[in-house]
Amino acid sequence: MDEGILAEFLAESFENLAQVEHDLVALERDPEDRKRIGGIFRAVHTIKGTCGFFGFKKLEALAHAGENLLSRLRCGEIAFTPSLADTLLRLVDALHAILSAIETTRQEGDQEFAPLIEELVHLERAPSGAAAPPDSPSTAEAETGAPPRGGLLDPLIAEGRLDPDAVALAAQQQRLGDPRRIGEILVDNGALKPQDVLDALLARGEAPALAHGESTIRVDVELLDLLMNLVGELVLARNQLLQKVASSDLADLPGTTQRLNLITTELQEGIMKTRMQPIANLCNKLPRLVRDLSIACGKEVRLELEGIDTELDRTIIDAIRDPLTHLIRNAIDHGIETSEARLARGKAAEGRILVRAYHEGGKVHLEVTDDGDGLPIARIREKATRAGLVPAERIPRMSDRDWAQLIFQPGFSTAERVTNVSGRGVGMDVVKTNVERIGGAIEVDSQPGRGATVRIRIPLTLAIVPALIVAAAGERYAIPQVNLLELIRVEGDLASISITTAVDASLLRYRGGLLPLVDLRDALHVPADDAFPTPAGARPIAVLQADGATFGLVVDAVETSQEIVVKSLGDPLRQIPVFAGATILGDGKVALILDVPGLARHCGITVRGHAAMEEVVDETPAPVVPTQTLILCRAGGYPVAIPQSDIARLEEFPRGTIERLGERRVVQYRGGLLPLVPLAGLLGIGPDAALETAAEAPAGGASLQTIRVVVVEREGHAIGLAVEEIVEILEEPVVPEVSSRAGVRGSAVIRGHATDLLDLEALLASSGQPAMAAGA
Amino acid sequence: MEGERVLCTFRVAELFLGLDIASVQEVLRGQEVTRLPLAAAPVRGIINLRGRIVPAVDLRRCLELAPAPESLEPATIVVRGPEAAVSLLVDDVGDVMTVSEETFARTPETVRASARDLLRGVFPLEDRLLLELDLGRVLRAAYA
Repeated sequence: MDEGILAEFLAESFENLAQVEHDLVALERDPEDRKRIGGIFRAVHTIKGTCGFFGFKKLEALAHAGENLLSRLRCGEIAFTPSLADTLLRLVDALHAILSAIETTRQEGDQEFAPLIEELVHLERAPSGAAAPPDSPSTAEAETGAPPRGGLLDPLIAEGRLDPDAVALAAQQQRLGDPRRIGEILVDNGALKPQDVLDALLARGEAPALAHGESTIRVDVELLDLLMNLVGELVLARNQLLQKVASSDLADLPGTTQRLNLITTELQEGIMKTRMQPIANLCNKLPRLVRDLSIACGKEVRLELEGIDTELDRTIIDAIRDPLTHLIRNAIDHGIETSEARLARGKAAEGRILVRAYHEGGKVHLEVTDDGDGLPIARIREKATRAGLVPAERIPRMSDRDWAQLIFQPGFSTAERVTNVSGRGVGMDVVKTNVERIGGAIEVDSQPGRGATVRIRIPLTLAIVPALIVAAAGERYAIPQVNLLELIRVEGDLASISITTAVDASLLRYRGGLLPLVDLRDALHVPADDAFPTPAGARPIAVLQADGATFGLVVDAVETSQEIVVKSLGDPLRQIPVFAGATILGDGKVALILDVPGLARHCGITVRGHAAMEEVVDETPAPVVPTQTLILCRAGGYPVAIPQSDIARLEEFPRGTIERLGERRVVQYRGGLLPLVPLAGLLGIGPDAALETAAEAPAGGASLQTIRVVVVEREGHAIGLAVEEIVEILEEPVVPEVSSRAGVRGSAVIRGHATDLLDLEALLASSGQPAMAAGA
Repeated sequence: MEGERVLCTFRVAELFLGLDIASVQEVLRGQEVTRLPLAAAPVRGIINLRGRIVPAVDLRRCLELAPAPESLEPATIVVRGPEAAVSLLVDDVGDVMTVSEETFARTPETVRASARDLLRGVFPLEDRLLLELDLGRVLRAAYA
């Protein structure tokens, strides 16, 4: 038996079954769609015809029974009913099971399908007694010796690639007791080339895309031609270069190099295209999933697919299969209400799930929207608060949207009951982890009572990723940018800036929290007496994030940021947990790619471990200063920090909108007049540069076209403090040193600068500024 | 001819070794090895073989021999492993030799024990002993 033909048969059959499944589910909605019934019949007929060629008896018997039933269905002799759909879907499952067994073992497997065949026969015969059971094509063929009807051979004969006499001869041989299938006889007799059989199989493939997850893909011949052409060009350019170098004729070196560059880029794009697959391959299974799940959950759900032509690298398609399935599961189980509940709320009885894919900003967006009940924000809030998932000081600032994102936290489930579909508190965090593992991001939007949308943004490919190249102990390493939060450099050597704790880890005070530090040299067990001594003085720290844990990686040097081509380390080196692969840098040398989640695990950094370390630190006598959120701005040229709790809003006004009212400056704001006060003037620390009106600004001066205003509310009145710049919002543990100046609570070192911390209450009380009535 | 074997020979410390020519893909010199931390000790690192990442196994470490002197620039023999190509770092590459299968013998006890486990057997030559490596065992030992 020819392995190539068999593989092709399997690939084609898996595809056809996926389509049949799809069509059956669609037929349930529209039982009169004759085209679909015809398609289903043809697909099953094809499987039957071809497996006869290979001699798979069990598969043939099953497909045969199915074909007979479908044939009557196609003629309209029996009606398409839900129970018929059920049986046919089970037929699809059974065919799939046998094909899978053939794929792995080359045998049909031990499973018995007699009851199913009986059921198919029963359904075929039961309803209308008028028509006699139609002649089964295969019986007819065995009796007459005619080639399989609608099988492989007809088109080959039609194309003149196969002599009808040879077929008759083969049939004759069969009648004389030759046990081989007719196709085998033809190939063995030399009447038929295996390649022709392959072509015939290919030509019959109705859905050209590959659905089943195996290791082959089909590539457009035109694309292959283009690639061949490019490779030719590449060889030409190489020869030119070699020639030039050999003869030391470097006259047009830049030209040739430029050509080489263009060819390489085009070749790279072309090769990438061969790996692209439409998302449709991913979505083929969804209608069946939705059907089965909605029956299991006792709900009515309609699935809509949009943008399924959107293409993605097939590794990514494989990687998001499970997350997508899970999201749909969740939407049906938790999101969509039962029909009664929906009707009571004035919605259509049938729920709707929309899966939508589209390109935007160089990424693929995948959305799963349901029109169910939305997320139970109140319950999420209650549960998260009880479980202490959110720091107490952050709770007042959490919007509903912020709360909704908590469903991605490990161990979080608000399902009131555990069903066999979902609700065990594992799931959404796994979805998030899987999505992030391929460099994607996930978020959820919810409208109470109207539904929820989960959005996934994923890169087009995993083969080329942007990365930061760092150096440690004489080697270079690539850190994927997805894991990189920021780069920091801390003056002074590590021992002096970090706190060592009982758990034997270095921690760095960072953005109001504690950042565990890992030295890449230590993590990779580079011997201390290496030929590459640890550089003295400050070393850069890459702040990395993976699987919810944040840590700082201390490296020797940061080199550059570039796109790298990911190459596998291959077995068995792949088992080293801290490397995701390797890449070849511009100079031809190899750099290992760090697997940041693996590195974090290797170094014992987990979300929980991080929390434990914070606790350990909390127990040490050194007081841990509570953090507060500060708005850092600039007034009169000096940095000033305002506690966020004192601030109502941050606004920007075009300079031209400032109006003068006597000595006061105001701006029309929310239907009233907002008095503006330059903060620098209020503090007496410099010129009121922030508030020059357009006319007052020095000609050609550096004044910006907008002014930045911190709106504060006091006793129900709003007042705008004009500043030169709003630098950033930060969470900082601040121990202010006491100040005697009015309106200043004290000073602290923030970002390396002495910064005044405002006491707005006192400042405004002392200034006696008039204010606008809030909400006026 | 029947009963003859063709071996690619090379030297590691004082050992004169050979591998069946069919398993050797190519011989390279001056390959830069990128260190691979956390790998098994015999895996010195990885090399860039025309855009493919290939592990570099240090035969000295496999055979538990002393490290090569700093001045020695190892040669690289790329072999076809069971899954993918692997490069073996050796001290020096010798000739391709044809030996008679009839002279093949079990590894004598005089060969150091650490090496004995990785050998298929020996071919006694006129002036010395040619030790035939068992590639499967070498690779298993390398990745252990």
